[in-house]
Amino acid sequence: MNVVRFILQNRGEVWESTLQHLWLVGLSTMFATAIGVPLGILIAHRTRLNKPVLATANIIQTIPGLALFGFLLPVSWLGARADRLAILALTLYALLPIIRNTYTGIRGVDPAVVEAGRGMGLTESQLLFQVELPLAVSVILSGVRVAVVISVGLATIAAAIGAGGLGEFIFRGLAMVDNRVILAGAIPAAILALVADIGVGWIERRLQPR
Amino acid sequence: MQPIPASAAIEFRDVSYRVADTQILSGLNLQVEKGETLVLLGRSGSGKTTTLKLVNRLLSPTTGEVRVKGVPNAESDVIRLRRGIGYVIQDVGLFPHFTVQRNIGLVPKIEGWPQDRIRARVVELLQVVGLGPEMATRYPHQLSGGQRQRVGVARALAADPEVLLMDEPFGALDPLTRDELQREFFLLQQRLHKTVVFVTHDLREALRLGSRIALMEAGRLVTVLTPQEFLRSTDPWASAYVRAFGDGLESAANRGAS
Repeated sequence: MNVVRFILQNRGEVWESTLQHLWLVGLSTMFATAIGVPLGILIAHRTRLNKPVLATANIIQTIPGLALFGFLLPVSWLGARADRLAILALTLYALLPIIRNTYTGIRGVDPAVVEAGRGMGLTESQLLFQVELPLAVSVILSGVRVAVVISVGLATIAAAIGAGGLGEFIFRGLAMVDNRVILAGAIPAAILALVADIGVGWIERRLQPR
Repeated sequence: MQPIPASAAIEFRDVSYRVADTQILSGLNLQVEKGETLVLLGRSGSGKTTTLKLVNRLLSPTTGEVRVKGVPNAESDVIRLRRGIGYVIQDVGLFPHFTVQRNIGLVPKIEGWPQDRIRARVVELLQVVGLGPEMATRYPHQLSGGQRQRVGVARALAADPEVLLMDEPFGALDPLTRDELQREFFLLQQRLHKTVVFVTHDLREALRLGSRIALMEAGRLVTVLTPQEFLRSTDPWASAYVRAFGDGLESAANRGAS
């Protein structure tokens, strides 16, 4: 119970780091959704683009987290603000599951439904907003869910470049060889991941047609 | 070329359609008269569905011209064109996330009809296709195949289009339901006098519903005949069909007289 006591003793700092963590994850997920969903829609309609776009997102995904943070460090207008840099890196990582699920979700809409809609004289945007997106929304959101859970874990590494978040405890604990400190970062991060997963899952069910 | 009758609702003029190296339709000349039910009969791959999709511009001809109500399709606004044409397909394609009434009322809604007019229209159409008003609030997955296709027909009729395109609408139904829907559709058409283009590979259905039958084979129009003429035709393709379907066709052509 040492850990619990340690966390309670440092609750101010733990809370602040948790909020920082949430800020990194929340903002990057928002950006990734704002970029990934339209891109996913685009490649679902222009299938020629799907291979290059998904391949690029895949390649980004394979870069080790620490390396990507390092790569971005020398970018002048970013390097100065570690949190911006972390948000950019997290956004890049979150893109793949969001793009892929948007693509899969839209392609998964029954072609007969799309054909009927088009034949009835729906415009392409009516078709997208009234038919394709509502029918794909749960698949898209499960992509967002995966992205959030990945981001919560990955954001701990952001502390290595000084972006703050719960990773600070983990790195400090590693340096001090003190498990209590490591866990003071790891436990809230795990809880955050769980809560985010449940939260997006809840939205997913609410938005599901029927 | 034959003179084009003034009453033609749909005309195909020297229409051909090809994708890459495959010629799907060649040299099609055909007029569909206003108020008639023209059946496109042919086997899979004969070009029936392609012909149908050229009418509402889901496809555009490689050469030639399709005219709807005298206006060349290439010149008309594609969205307006489609909203004036009802479209019914074999897989129905109801919007699974909409109730029956939203499915039927969608085109009226985006056309800006007032709420109560849409509601009245939905009730009226449910009755037209033989469904009770309690169906309005159901979702497609709660309906049987036959009920779904009835909703499909109601949806196509929603904005009162003059032209109705039907692509094997009853093809996926069980024989009893199909028979029922064919009979009802025939009676409905007696009343509504829409210009209908109906695709099928079922000769019995063609004889039963068509005022004329356009027989297609390998992307070409073989012949256009009335049901009675079709049964007596000496055309090799037509008689092959009659032989394949065997007995009992006369009664289909007599529309069961029921």
